[in-house]
Amino acid sequence: MIRRIGLALFLALLAILPLCSSFYITLGSYIGLYSMVALGLVLLTGVAGLTSFGQAAFMGVAAYTTAILTIQFGWSPWLTLLIALVLTMAIASILGAITLRMGGHYLPLATIAWGISLYFLFGTVPALGGSTGISDIGALQLFGMELRDERVFYYLIWGVCLSALWVTINLLDSREGRAIRALKGGTSMVEAFGASGHRLKNIVFVYSAVLACLAGWLYAHMQRFVNPSPFGLNQGIEFLFMITIGGPFSVWGAIAGATVITLLKTVLQGILPKLIHQTGNFEIIVFGVMIVAVLQWMRGGIWSLVERLLPPKPNQPINDSSDLSMRDQPLRGTVLLRVDGVTKAYGGLVAVKKMSFELSAGEIVGLIGPNGAGKSTMFNLISGEVPRTAGSIYLGSENISGLRPSQIARRGLSRTFQHVRLIPGMTTIENVMIGAYLRTHDGIFTAGLRLNQTREARVRAEAAKQLRRVGLEDSMFLPAGSLSLGKQRIVEIARALCGDPLLLLLDEPAAGLRHLEKKELANLLAELRGQGLSVLIVEHDMDFLMNLVDRIVVMEFGEKLAEGLPREIRSNPAVLEAYLGGV
Amino acid sequence: MDSQTILILAQDGLTNGAIYVLLSVALILVFGVTRVVLIPQGEFVSYGALTLASMQLGAMPGTVWLLLIMAGIAAIMETYRLLSSGAGRELPRVLAMTLVPPVAIAALVKICIPMHLALGWQVLLAILIVTPLGPLVYRVAFRPLADASVLVLLIAAVATHFVLVGLGLLFFGAEGVRTPPFSDAQLTFGTLTVSGQSLWVYATSFVFISFLAWFFSRTLYGKALRAVAFNRNGARLVGISPHLAGTVTFAFAAAIGCLSGVLIGPITTLYYDSGFLIGLKGFVGAIVGGMASYPLAAAGAFMVGFLESFSSFWLSGYKDVIVFTIIIPILLWRSLSSIHYEEEE
Repeated sequence: MIRRIGLALFLALLAILPLCSSFYITLGSYIGLYSMVALGLVLLTGVAGLTSFGQAAFMGVAAYTTAILTIQFGWSPWLTLLIALVLTMAIASILGAITLRMGGHYLPLATIAWGISLYFLFGTVPALGGSTGISDIGALQLFGMELRDERVFYYLIWGVCLSALWVTINLLDSREGRAIRALKGGTSMVEAFGASGHRLKNIVFVYSAVLACLAGWLYAHMQRFVNPSPFGLNQGIEFLFMITIGGPFSVWGAIAGATVITLLKTVLQGILPKLIHQTGNFEIIVFGVMIVAVLQWMRGGIWSLVERLLPPKPNQPINDSSDLSMRDQPLRGTVLLRVDGVTKAYGGLVAVKKMSFELSAGEIVGLIGPNGAGKSTMFNLISGEVPRTAGSIYLGSENISGLRPSQIARRGLSRTFQHVRLIPGMTTIENVMIGAYLRTHDGIFTAGLRLNQTREARVRAEAAKQLRRVGLEDSMFLPAGSLSLGKQRIVEIARALCGDPLLLLLDEPAAGLRHLEKKELANLLAELRGQGLSVLIVEHDMDFLMNLVDRIVVMEFGEKLAEGLPREIRSNPAVLEAYLGGV
Repeated sequence: MDSQTILILAQDGLTNGAIYVLLSVALILVFGVTRVVLIPQGEFVSYGALTLASMQLGAMPGTVWLLLIMAGIAAIMETYRLLSSGAGRELPRVLAMTLVPPVAIAALVKICIPMHLALGWQVLLAILIVTPLGPLVYRVAFRPLADASVLVLLIAAVATHFVLVGLGLLFFGAEGVRTPPFSDAQLTFGTLTVSGQSLWVYATSFVFISFLAWFFSRTLYGKALRAVAFNRNGARLVGISPHLAGTVTFAFAAAIGCLSGVLIGPITTLYYDSGFLIGLKGFVGAIVGGMASYPLAAAGAFMVGFLESFSSFWLSGYKDVIVFTIIIPILLWRSLSSIHYEEEE
């Protein structure tokens, strides 16, 4: 309720601002434009953990494109908008494709470089007007009416800005959005559920560039004049400052930051030069100090303070049945996973050597061995995270060796992680919904326009069903980070189940659990087997496995040491030798 | 273009390249040890030249005030840290270590300025003033963020760059300076004339790089820094303080920046904000080296130097456009040649 009142007040304030003098209308328009750019940067920096200093340069591309094409060729601004968008998306895709595969600091460095070179290019090329710029850009026309009045333009800018805000909020609360929010923790988790981390990063970067492009195009037709200075690197850096101050983790932080920095800059540019008796951009000193202080003491920015005062968001309702289509499970007893002579060598070190074993549908197999036996490597070979040196792995009748983790996930393999990979700030149910990434197909367009709601409701119901299945329905709406390690491990299992797997792969699920938690986990797994699920567990806790699994495969020094029923393994002299160093 | 022009341009490229080598080495060092992408590196370059220029005019350089202010802030932060962690008895020693050297340096500068010392001594004084700014910047801006992600450190670095550029304008004004050359000699080899200043640049760059090579391969401190760069937690476990390592590397970075500033001060006019672009050209070199390889970075830095001097001949207006656009193909090459790895936070 308080959230709704706050939103209504904010909208009312925006609506009545044009009653003020023209100075405030212009200021309001700038805040709207900057909010748009900052919004993209929130998605890029706060949500996806990437960053760019080149957003002002993207604005510049759009502004100069429309300036040149409308003046020199007399084209309609609406056509030039289309061209600017295509151009921006092309540039962003290329920059993204080049840098996003490498470490996280390459994208910002590349955008610094491209921001500088573009700035110099604007200032040097005679056709672009040099440092004096291009004036007399035509006004926008809508339904035969010229948008010259600053009040009308103000409403246009905020109309676009609020639409962008709405689309971004929708996007974040969707299938792709949840995967994007998971990117910060590294890409291997989303890859394990079938998403491509690289593709998602590219989408986010292009999306943020498109928002900057819209702002640049609006800027050119609002000012009806462009010159290089508003598109330089310093402006690009200021956008980053806006979201750092406003709050990089929330879309509202973009508006808060754009407002604070724009107002503060106006005030400081009036006061500081008088105070110092010298002209210059001294406000950058204040901004710099503020940023360092915010990073040291309040990394959530201003919005995190506001968020603390607001009541929690209401929980979304949950349908009774999920009716997502399900895979046909294989017949109990048929061979589901076949590892055939698989070898993995790192240079001269052979981590896994000619391993062969099978797993039948409906059974739980434990893969055990002392530390350094090659269990985890074997696990990563099956899940596709590590490419094999030789041998083959079959899931059902299909050879899955050589496929990427996302492709293997598509064929019905779900996994958990030894070091729990949940998104601590997201609710438990949202985390589990990531598991169903491959079961619906909404892209960013249907998500942004909220045309995905029936599918979303199904996925939510499915996630709730899996949480009930593992006995965690009470924790559904709690942040996943607030749960105990034992529960987090079980949430990971629910997330894996949400992918409707043929085979569940568990990586040391008992590590770090207390005795009772281990017992509960074992009971849960036995129950899931009763429901027909096939499970492969990599574990070194013998006691945990002994009463749970149907068969055990023992590894030592990368090779298979023994295979058999738990009681056979328990008395196998070779295994005892390996585990206890001889009896 | 005749061979004479080529030789002159090549010589220019070599001189600038030698400076960029120094800077890119400092950038890689700082990134390796502290994970900070040191955007403010260039400000130390401006500060170096501007400090020297102030002393030439017999004025107290603004950087001395900056040094004292930063030391004051660092002292307050140390006091807060020690008192809140219950280590109050260490306070006198820590405060002395934070405050005494800057105050002593300020006093020394105050005494020396009216004496109009020879250029060499003034250069030493400039280095003495600017070098401690490195560790102080580290202490105030970066040390409290030591556990943050590369991204957060990068934003802090950009913010620091803003502060230092703004303070540069405040302390030194908007006028550009040219410092006197170390040597007025003009050596002639056949048709080629080499200025004494260029020789100074080559020699200093060579000596400093050799010193760094010796420091990192032969001394215990150097090896400790390499250990931190290689594995921070591992180094901490064997008793190497990452904070000490950060302090030392920032001192190196500031000293290298200042030295670069006084070396190119006689060659080009430097303004309070000129260092930024110079530092970024060092970055292009560092990126060629993948922010990790010193020899590749040096090659990259020389490439930037040559590219700059030759493009200023053919397309003078587009010099910087070309130098910074080259980074895109470089990144493409690195992205194709390096194995894909994942950064976990």
